[in-house]
Amino acid sequence: MVEFLSFREGEATQEPAVTVESFTGQSNSTAVRIEAGEDARELLPYLDRLSLVEVNFPAFGDGRGYSAARILREAGYAGELRAVGDVLVDQLVAMRRCGFDSFRPDKALDDDAAERALNRYADVYQKTVDGRRPVWAKRHPENVNG
Amino acid sequence: MYRYDSYDQSIVDTRVEEFRDQTQRRLAGQLTEDQFKPLRLMNGLYLQLHAYMLRVAIPYGTLSGKQMRKLGEIAAKYDKGYGHFTTRQNLQYNWIKLADAPEILAELATVEMHAIQTSGNCIRNISSDQYAGVAADEVADPRPWAELLRQWSTFHPEFTYLPRKFKIAVIASEEDRSAMKLHDIGLKLVKRDGQIGAEVYAGGGMGRTPMVAPQISDFVPEDEIISYLEACLRVYNRYGRRDNKYKARIKILVHELGVDEYKRQVEEEFAHMRILGLNPPTEELNRIRPFFANPAYEQGLSDDLDRSDPAFALWADRQVAAHKQPGYAIVNISLKPRGGIPGDASAEQIELAAELAENYSFDELRVTHAQNLVLPHVKKADLYTIWQKLDAAGLAEANLDLITDIIACPGLDYCSLANARSIPLAQKLSERFASIEQQKDLGELKVKISGCINACGHHHAGHIGVLGVDRKGVENFQLSLGGSGAEDAAVGQITGPGFSEDGVVDAIEKVTDLYLAQREEGERFLDTYRRLGMKPFKEAIYG
Repeated sequence: MVEFLSFREGEATQEPAVTVESFTGQSNSTAVRIEAGEDARELLPYLDRLSLVEVNFPAFGDGRGYSAARILREAGYAGELRAVGDVLVDQLVAMRRCGFDSFRPDKALDDDAAERALNRYADVYQKTVDGRRPVWAKRHPENVNG
Repeated sequence: MYRYDSYDQSIVDTRVEEFRDQTQRRLAGQLTEDQFKPLRLMNGLYLQLHAYMLRVAIPYGTLSGKQMRKLGEIAAKYDKGYGHFTTRQNLQYNWIKLADAPEILAELATVEMHAIQTSGNCIRNISSDQYAGVAADEVADPRPWAELLRQWSTFHPEFTYLPRKFKIAVIASEEDRSAMKLHDIGLKLVKRDGQIGAEVYAGGGMGRTPMVAPQISDFVPEDEIISYLEACLRVYNRYGRRDNKYKARIKILVHELGVDEYKRQVEEEFAHMRILGLNPPTEELNRIRPFFANPAYEQGLSDDLDRSDPAFALWADRQVAAHKQPGYAIVNISLKPRGGIPGDASAEQIELAAELAENYSFDELRVTHAQNLVLPHVKKADLYTIWQKLDAAGLAEANLDLITDIIACPGLDYCSLANARSIPLAQKLSERFASIEQQKDLGELKVKISGCINACGHHHAGHIGVLGVDRKGVENFQLSLGGSGAEDAAVGQITGPGFSEDGVVDAIEKVTDLYLAQREEGERFLDTYRRLGMKPFKEAIYG
C-alpha cells in the first residue's frame, strides 16, 4: 500500500499548504490548498512563487478539481500539483491527464492496482496538459505540430 | 458506417479487460457493492428491481447488419430473448447476470460496440437524426461530427465526474427528429458563406424541471466545435450545482445564471481554450467523413409503387418516408405492435432487421429516439418483399407518429426509480385506439409516458404526456398536453388532478374527441391545442 505517490523528480514539497484566502492575502507561503468550489484562477498572479498546489477532492464524484488542475497547467504552472482527499485508484489516470503529478489520498492505495491502472490505456482521444499525443495527432502526424 | 481503426479497437478492448478485472474482484469479494457501483455504472451496468440491466451504446443510432445480429445473439444467449430500444437510441438488456457482463462486452467489442459512458455523470452517447445522410433537407450528414464527438467524449479526463449526466445531440436539418433542444447541449449544423458550423443550444432537458434549450451561439466554425464544447463543459463542471442531484443538470445552471451570463462565461473560457490546440485537425474530420458517404445507389430507378395490395398500401403510406435518391425510400419499422411493449424486440425480430439491412439497405440500420427502427436506403422495388417479411415477424404495424406510436420508459416493471408502471398503460392505450382508421383520422399525435419524474419517457415533450406518480402507495397518472420534442419544442402543461390507469385512458379519449370535434382544416392535435388553449380540454376532461 502506498500513502503518497509522486511523479516528480526529487523531494516532495513538505511545507504545509495554506488556504486560498490566507495565501492571496499576504502570506509568504509557497504552498496553497484549493477546496472544491474555489476558483483556481485566483492563484494565477502568483504562479511563480508557488511550489505546491494541493487540490482537495471531498468525494471522488466531485470533479471540480479536474478543472482546477487543468486551468493551472494551462496557465503555465510547473510546480507540484497534488490531489488530496477521496482519491481512488480508478481516478488516477484522469487526474494525471489533467496535470496532477502527486497524490496523497485519504486512504492508502494498492501499489499494484495503481500501477496497472496508470499503464492500462496505450492511447487517449483528447489533448490535455499531460503531453500525451491524442489519437488524432498520431493519425495525422504531418498535420499536427508537437 | 464508421469503422474502428487499431486505436479505436484497442481502447474498446482495453475497456473490456478493465471491466473483466473489476467484475472478478467484485465476484471474489475484494470489492464491496459500494466500491463496485461507480465502476459498473461507468459501463452502463445498473442493478434494477429484478436483475442487472446492461445498456449498450449505439452511437448516433447507426448500426450495421453485423452489429444488429450480435445484439440479437446476445439477447438470445444472455437475456430472456429480448432487447429494449431506448429514447436515447441505445439498447438495454433487462435480465443480465453480473458474471456474464464482461463476456457480453467482449462480444460487443468484436463488432466495434461498447457500453462506455451509457451511465454515470459524464458525457453520454451522442444522439443524432435517424434520417442522417438520407434526409433531403440537411446541410450535411451530421454523423461525422457525432463520431468526432464520440471519440472526444470517450474517457474525457476533465469531464468524467460532472455534477450530473450530460447529453449531446447533433442534427443538420430544419426538421428536428432528435429532440435536440431537450438535450444538455444541442448542436444544429448550418452553413454560412459556404462554411459549415454549428448553432449551439445549451441547458435543455426533461426530468422534474423541463426546459427548452436557449441558443448560446449562432455559429461556431466546424473546426472549433470541440474547444467550444470544452468551454461549455468547463463552466458547467466548475459552477453546476452539486448540493442537490435534482438541481445539478446544466439547465439549472443556465437558468439560475441567466442565459446571457452563462454565455458570457463560456465565451470567456472559449477565448482561452481555442488557442490551446484542442481541436483535431481538419484532416481528422476528412478521415471520418468518407465512412458516411452515400452508398452505391443504382441510378435511373423508377419511383412507381404497386399499391394493389391494400394492406401493403396502408403500411407504405405510413411507414415509408421520402429519400433523397430517386427510386429509394426510407423504411420505418414500428416497434409498437398492438398491445406490445414500446421499443421491445425479440432476438428473432432483431435478427430479421439485421438480415433486411444486409439484403436491402446497404447494410445499415438506425434506431430512433421514438424507439423504432429505420432501414435508411431501400429500393422502392423491394418494399413489398420487405413488408411481407416484417408482417410475418409481427413488425408491420402502420402507426408511425400516430397515437399508438407511444414512447414509454420501462417503468415499475423493471426500473428501481419508477413510481408507476408505464408499460401496461401503453398497452391499454394501444388497445383502446387499435382501429387504424381511427388512428389515421386522429393524425400525428405523439403520446409519451414516464413512470416517474425523471421523465425517461419524455412525457414533457408529448403532444399528450402521461407521468406516473405514487400517491399514498397507489399509482396515479398525471396528464399533460401541448408538449413537443420537434423544431417547435415545448413543454406540456398539466391538465389537473391525476387519474387511475383506466381513468387516464378515458381522459385521453375525451381529449381526442374534443380535438376531432373542434379541429380546423389541416390542423394536427397539437395545432388545435395551441389555438384553443387548455381550458376547453380541461372542461372536457373534468367537466
